[in-house]
Amino acid sequence: MDGGPAGAWHRLHPLSPVVRSGRGVLAVAVAVAISRSAATGSHWLFDLALPVVAAGAAVVSWLVTRWRLDGVTLRIESGLIRRDSRQLPVARIQAVDVVRPFLARALGLAELRVRLAGSSDADGRLAYLTEPAALELRARLLAAHHGLDPATPAPPERIAVTVPTGRLVGSVALSTAGPAAAMVVLAGVLLAFVSAAALAALAISLVWLLIVCLSLVWRRVSTQYSFTVAQSPDGIRIRRGLLGTVAETIPLQRVQAVRMIEPLLWRPLHWYRLEVDVAGSPGRDSADGTARMRKTLLPVGGRDEAGFLLTMAVGAAPPGLTRPPGRARWKALLSYHFLAAGHDGRLAVSVVGRLRKVTTVVPLAKTQSVRLVQGPLQRRLALATVHLDAAGHVRAEFRERPQEQARRLVDELAGLSREARRLAPPARSAPVASAAAGGSPAGGTQAAAGAAAGPQATSVASPVNAAQSEA
Amino acid sequence: MSAVQQQAPMSPSPRLWRMRCAEVVAAAVVLAVAAGTGTGLGAGPAAGIAAAAAVAVGAGLALWFVHNRFRSWAYQERDEDLIVERGVLIRRLSVVPYGRMQFVDVTAGPVDRIFRLATVRLHTAAAASDARIPGLERDEAARLRDRLAALGEAKAAGL
Repeated sequence: MDGGPAGAWHRLHPLSPVVRSGRGVLAVAVAVAISRSAATGSHWLFDLALPVVAAGAAVVSWLVTRWRLDGVTLRIESGLIRRDSRQLPVARIQAVDVVRPFLARALGLAELRVRLAGSSDADGRLAYLTEPAALELRARLLAAHHGLDPATPAPPERIAVTVPTGRLVGSVALSTAGPAAAMVVLAGVLLAFVSAAALAALAISLVWLLIVCLSLVWRRVSTQYSFTVAQSPDGIRIRRGLLGTVAETIPLQRVQAVRMIEPLLWRPLHWYRLEVDVAGSPGRDSADGTARMRKTLLPVGGRDEAGFLLTMAVGAAPPGLTRPPGRARWKALLSYHFLAAGHDGRLAVSVVGRLRKVTTVVPLAKTQSVRLVQGPLQRRLALATVHLDAAGHVRAEFRERPQEQARRLVDELAGLSREARRLAPPARSAPVASAAAGGSPAGGTQAAAGAAAGPQATSVASPVNAAQSEA
Repeated sequence: MSAVQQQAPMSPSPRLWRMRCAEVVAAAVVLAVAAGTGTGLGAGPAAGIAAAAAVAVGAGLALWFVHNRFRSWAYQERDEDLIVERGVLIRRLSVVPYGRMQFVDVTAGPVDRIFRLATVRLHTAAAASDARIPGLERDEAARLRDRLAALGEAKAAGL
C-alpha cells in the first residue's frame, strides 16, 4: 500500500495479482470457452484448474512480497519457498522507469523498475503500485540518489523530439510489414485472375499472412505511439506506448554505440531511425559477458531531429567521412556506393549497406578492441578492413582502406581510444548486493528479458501483450 | 606507440607444429587405411593403393597449409594492449587493451596436454573480439594469463 511512514514495510497494491495473472487467465479462459463450445470431453473442473492455479500463485506472490525504503537502501523481499531479499543502494541507482501495461493502466496502477549502475536489466521491480505512489517513489529515489531532500520533485526534463502519429504509421507502413502486406494482396488479386479455384484454396493462407502483417504493424504502432524523447539530468528519457505506456531512461554513460538506419523506402522521404546499444555488465546476462540491448532512440524522424538526437546521445557531432579508394569496387561492388568512414579524437563513424544505409557511431571511449582483417582478394588489391568493436555485437567498420593506412589506423585508433578512456569519467560497476538464493516470485509472468526485441521484431503477439514486451 | 617495456613479438611453441603434424598424420593414416581397404575390396588392390596414395597427397597438402598457419601466429605484449596476429588466407590482427579484458581463458584439450601445451583466449565485452593464442607452453601460458589478469585489473575501465 502507499502512504505510511517511510521506514515501514509496504505491500504492493492488492490488485497486483489481478494484473499479473490477468492476461494469462484471460487468454486461458478464452481458449477454454472456445474449446468448451466445440467439444464436451473433459470435465469443466479440469479446464478451470490452470487459470485458478495461476491466479492463486499470483495472489500468493503478492502476499509474500513487501518493500521498504529507509533512507539509503530500497529493500524488496519476495518469494515463498526461496526468499529473495534484494537490497538496492540508492547511491547506485542509475535509472528508475515507470511501466504501465494496458491492464494496469486501466486499473490506475504502474510498475516501477529500478536499474543499478552496471547492469542492463531491472534489478528491482515493484509491480504494481498506484500511479501517484509510483511517481512519488520515483521522485524520492532520485532525490535520495542525488543527495537532495526527499521532498524534491522529480528532475525536470526538456522535450527534444516527439514523433507525430501520422509519421509513425507511415514509417511502419513503409517498412517490412507494409510491402509484405501489399505483396500478399497483389498475390491474391493475381490468383483471382488466373484461376478462382486456386484462390479459394490459398485464400486461408493469404488471409492469415495478411493478419500477421497487420498485427506487426499494429504492434509497432502501439508500442511506439506518441514517442517522446526528452533530456534530463539522468540521461535520455523516452516515453511511448498506446495501450500500455513505458517511461524509460537511457543514462548517457551507458551508450555503447548509436546506429542511424535509412531503409530503402524511407530514403525519398529523408526519414531516419536511430537505435542505441546499451550494454550490460559482464557475467551477469550471458556466459561470455556480452549482454546486448538495443533500444530505439527514434523510431522515425527527419534529418535534423536525427542529427540532434545523435549528437545528444554520443556527446559530440560526428566527424567528416572519407571513402575507400576506387579499386575497392572490385571487392565490394554492391556496397561501394555507401561505404565511408571517419574518426576524430572522440568518435568513430562508419557507413555500410547495400539497400539499407546504416551509419554506426561508436564513442572511442567505449572501444573494446580494434581488429584488422585482410582476405585474399583484399591482399591482391592492397586493401584491408579495420573493425572497431564496441560492447555486444556492434562495431564500426572502416572497410576497404589502403593497406598501409589501415595498419596505421589500427595503432591510431588504439591510442585515441586509450586517451578517450582515460578522460572519460570512471563508471561504477559494482553488482547488486542480493542476499538469499534468488528465487523469482512464484507465478510471475513478467518475463521481461534483458535482451530487448528490436524494432524489427518478427514474432506475432496479441495487441494486449504488445505494450508489455518492449522494455 | 613505442614504450620502455615493449616485448618483441613472440610465437607459439614449436611443439604446436609437432602436435599439428601428429594430428594430420594420424588422421591421414586412418583415412588411408580405410580408403585403401574399402576401394581395395571393391575394385582390386591397384585401386586400393591409388586411394591410399591420394590420401597421402592430401595429407601432404594439409601439412603444408598447417605449417603456414603455424608460422603466421604471433603475439606481442605492449604497454597498454596485446596484439595477436594469425591467419594465412585471411590475415587477422587484434589489438585488445588490457583495460578492456573481461576474462582470460586457458584451455588444454587431451591432445594439448600430451604435448604440454595450452591455448589462451581473451574476452572483452564485444562479441567479435577473437584474440587467441594456441600452442603456448604451459608455464608461458600461465605467465601470460597471470600478467594479463593483473594488467586487466590494474587498468580496468568500466563499461
